[in-house]
Amino acid sequence: MPFHRSPRDARQARPALPSSWKNWLGVLPFLLFTALFIVLPSVYLLVGAFRDNAGHFTLKNFADLFTPSILSAYWVTIRISLVTAVLGGLFGFMLAYAVTIGGLPRWMRSALLTFSGVASNFAGVPLAFAFIATLGRTGMVTVLLKHWLGLNLYDRGFNLYSFWGLSVTYLYFQFPLMVLIITPALEGLRREWREAALNLGASSLEYWRRVALPILLPSILGAMILLFGNAFGAYATALSLTGGFINLVTIVIGSQIKGDILYNPGLGYALAMGMVFVMAGAMGIYFLLRRRSERWLRR
Amino acid sequence: MKARALLGKLWSWFWIVLGVLYFFTPLLATFDFSLRARKGMLTFLAYEHIFKDVNFWRTFGFSLQMGFYTIIVSIVLVVPTAYWIRLRLPQLRPLAEFISMLPFVVPAIVLVFGLIRVFSGPPFHLTNTFTGTNALLVAGYVVLTLPYTYRAVDTGLAAIDVRSLTEAAQSLGAGWGTILLRIVFPNLRTAILSGAFLTLATVIGEYTMASFIVGIKAFGPYMSLVGQNKTYESSSLAIISFLLTWAFMGLIQLFNRGRAEGQLAGAR
Repeated sequence: MPFHRSPRDARQARPALPSSWKNWLGVLPFLLFTALFIVLPSVYLLVGAFRDNAGHFTLKNFADLFTPSILSAYWVTIRISLVTAVLGGLFGFMLAYAVTIGGLPRWMRSALLTFSGVASNFAGVPLAFAFIATLGRTGMVTVLLKHWLGLNLYDRGFNLYSFWGLSVTYLYFQFPLMVLIITPALEGLRREWREAALNLGASSLEYWRRVALPILLPSILGAMILLFGNAFGAYATALSLTGGFINLVTIVIGSQIKGDILYNPGLGYALAMGMVFVMAGAMGIYFLLRRRSERWLRR
Repeated sequence: MKARALLGKLWSWFWIVLGVLYFFTPLLATFDFSLRARKGMLTFLAYEHIFKDVNFWRTFGFSLQMGFYTIIVSIVLVVPTAYWIRLRLPQLRPLAEFISMLPFVVPAIVLVFGLIRVFSGPPFHLTNTFTGTNALLVAGYVVLTLPYTYRAVDTGLAAIDVRSLTEAAQSLGAGWGTILLRIVFPNLRTAILSGAFLTLATVIGEYTMASFIVGIKAFGPYMSLVGQNKTYESSSLAIISFLLTWAFMGLIQLFNRGRAEGQLAGAR
């Protein structure tokens, strides 16, 4: 996502912008709306997280996050997000590579981008249905594998409603997102760089290891962080796939909204704030990486 | 050298074939499953059931309506703001960009948690009336899609010389309303339209916010309910919803003429 600038020369000849407090009125509706519907709810949860049931200040809610069941919810959510971010990232990268530099016909690039646009937006309830019809106990792939190869996935310990089943399902919207994000970065690799490296006697492998990958790495890692966040906040897919029988933070928060299953509203708020902290950390790293990657991809 | 190029091509084909398999297998399986509502034969019975279901049309209409409101509020909120910032308050750009990225940091489930706690109680009491609940849902959707809407509009504005156009319009006697309606909006047509269809694709089947704020009235919760009771119908719903997503994305591509931007949206 490069930063666009409009031409400057004409501007500099102009008088300075009229500066007046009235200018700020123009952005007031936007600031009010976001204050009301983003900042206020977040602050409400944050304040509530520091309160006990009687309304007094406490840090106990955050300490209570470190109980085994809540820790395990965070751990499973983080693990599933990491696994699908890395696997989806690698797979998406390979696909994007294949259609940009890999020497495939040109039309495949736009076809892949179209498919990716659709698949990355095809998430939630219908995605869960699709995977139940595919890899559920009577799903097509499950049945076909049993018929053709005599391989019974469910005897082998696979279960669609468990960690790996959920991961396979998440990957359906994760790798297309990677394709959409990383394709522009791959297209930003200049042919001259490769030619220069080869002229200097580098092999193709050396070119990738010492030129292309170091340039691409911030973009790849940055994209993987977006994928991480994408999976970390997912709720509908997990809920409709497992019926709520998987211990994810989003699922626990969902039950807490419906009816205080933690028997402590403050703990629920702390749980939600924990998600915000993880996401804020991830986005912080993302912006650092994006600044690095833009240095090379600026045109 | 030739052998190596061939190897490279094989390598590319390998990944593409894998991608095609991964992409189409679930669709094929779901479609196949949706045709088996009657034992021993393939029928469109499950689709008939869905299309005859009053609740399908009712919930779909409701979500479509919420989608339209979301689009209108987003446009009214984002376009003048982004325009004004480019024209008069360029120092505010980093702040506005930061604000528009905040929904990434606050996941939908956390946002809806906060929205319900804040707006169901005093002094707002939004959840006491139908209008209030719907308004809360639309506000949530505007926030949810804000990162994409803002970026689409801001990128669109970057492509035109906002200041020259404004000055030209002013020197011809146009007021702010005329400038917005007849200069800014038409020039941002592409950005606004692709933002609008992305919003629709996100909102129509949205589950997380809808299930907590309006419940079964919306299409996402309806699909979920069908999934709990009816096996074949749920597969046909998945196919219908996939075709809808495809239609929206196709329209976006049509407006963008094949560029990759504008299709990025988050998971639900």
